[in-house]
Amino acid sequence: MTGNAEDAEDVVQESFLRAYRQLARFDERASFGTWMYRIAANCSLDLVRVRKRRNYVPVAEDDADGRVLELPSPAPSPERAALSGEVRQRLAAAMNELSETERAAFVLRHFEGLRVEEISQVLECQPGAAKHSVFRAVQKLRRALEPIVSPVR
Amino acid sequence: MNHWNEEQLILYYYGEDDAAPDAAAHLQDCGECRQAYRSLERVLEAAGQLAVPEPAEDFDERLWARIESRLPARRGGFTMAPVWQWAAAAAVLLAALVAGRFGPLPKPARPTAAADPQAAERVLRLAVSDYLDRSQMVLTEVANANPHQPLDISFEQERAEDLVAESRLYRQTALRTGDTAVAGLLDDLDRVMLEIAHAPARLTPAELESLRGTLDSEGILFKIRVLGADVRAEQAAAAQSSGAERKS
Repeated sequence: MTGNAEDAEDVVQESFLRAYRQLARFDERASFGTWMYRIAANCSLDLVRVRKRRNYVPVAEDDADGRVLELPSPAPSPERAALSGEVRQRLAAAMNELSETERAAFVLRHFEGLRVEEISQVLECQPGAAKHSVFRAVQKLRRALEPIVSPVR
Repeated sequence: MNHWNEEQLILYYYGEDDAAPDAAAHLQDCGECRQAYRSLERVLEAAGQLAVPEPAEDFDERLWARIESRLPARRGGFTMAPVWQWAAAAAVLLAALVAGRFGPLPKPARPTAAADPQAAERVLRLAVSDYLDRSQMVLTEVANANPHQPLDISFEQERAEDLVAESRLYRQTALRTGDTAVAGLLDDLDRVMLEIAHAPARLTPAELESLRGTLDSEGILFKIRVLGADVRAEQAAAAQSSGAERKS
């Protein structure tokens, strides 16, 4: 969600601190995992908003230490490596174009495997809104990636 | 034949509950939808290449060190119960510890321990802190095990059984002092420890994953660490204040 490993570490740290301070407010009937995701998502969104206010440009995957967005490398052929590189670049650019909520919803759905209902709890919105955030994110990513990964329709 | 829109395809891809129930059959029959779905599938699989970097091995410890130094010291501690309640309960606990007995709590408090309630309180905190540390060691072994290999947990099972037997005393004490946070954590811990104790001694990767799922869903390691940090902060504060008293 932050698009940057260092920021992600800061978000994790801040999330645990917030969780510690708010532990008394945790409803034991709720899922602890969802509660932690909610705190982490809020921390992440806060950080992204602060960055935007400061006109911060997030570091893309090709940063100096290369830790941000990494492709698995099962010894790809040169063609596949080139394609993967292009996919990765387009993907990173498309992810940066998503709104904060779309990116959060997509990451939670696609990478974390949360269901729409859980995403709505994390993002504190209606399930319909969470679902549409996922839809919009997928549509935007599709527009960016389809020409190279699925050119013939 | 009605073709599916993109949203229906996305719901189906992610296996959401409100995806159409006859999805597989429709994709079988409808070439156009099948082609659209395959295209979506390729895009989302490509998006899956955006792998999140694995944190460094020492990430957990490093992170906790950073967090612990910023934890606010909560005077009065993780229990909001009055000191006298802790002291009375601590006296009971102290008596039981001295007698080496972990059965039902005796009702009367020993006057010797009650005579120094703060010392007795510290003994109780120390005992809970030690208990949490030992619990954490067992859970960490399970949480950090290689998920792809079978795991022999016979040693952890023995420890888990001991911990369950021991926790009863602390839980009763916490309930007696009205400390529901500690009592609740000990309840959670008991459930997890019992699951470990009753699991097969040699876990398959699937059994290990299920056990780790329980740990994750309970958030148990995090809770232990929070309470453990509280107890240590209180001990440090208590040691400081008793040192200052001795000087004056």
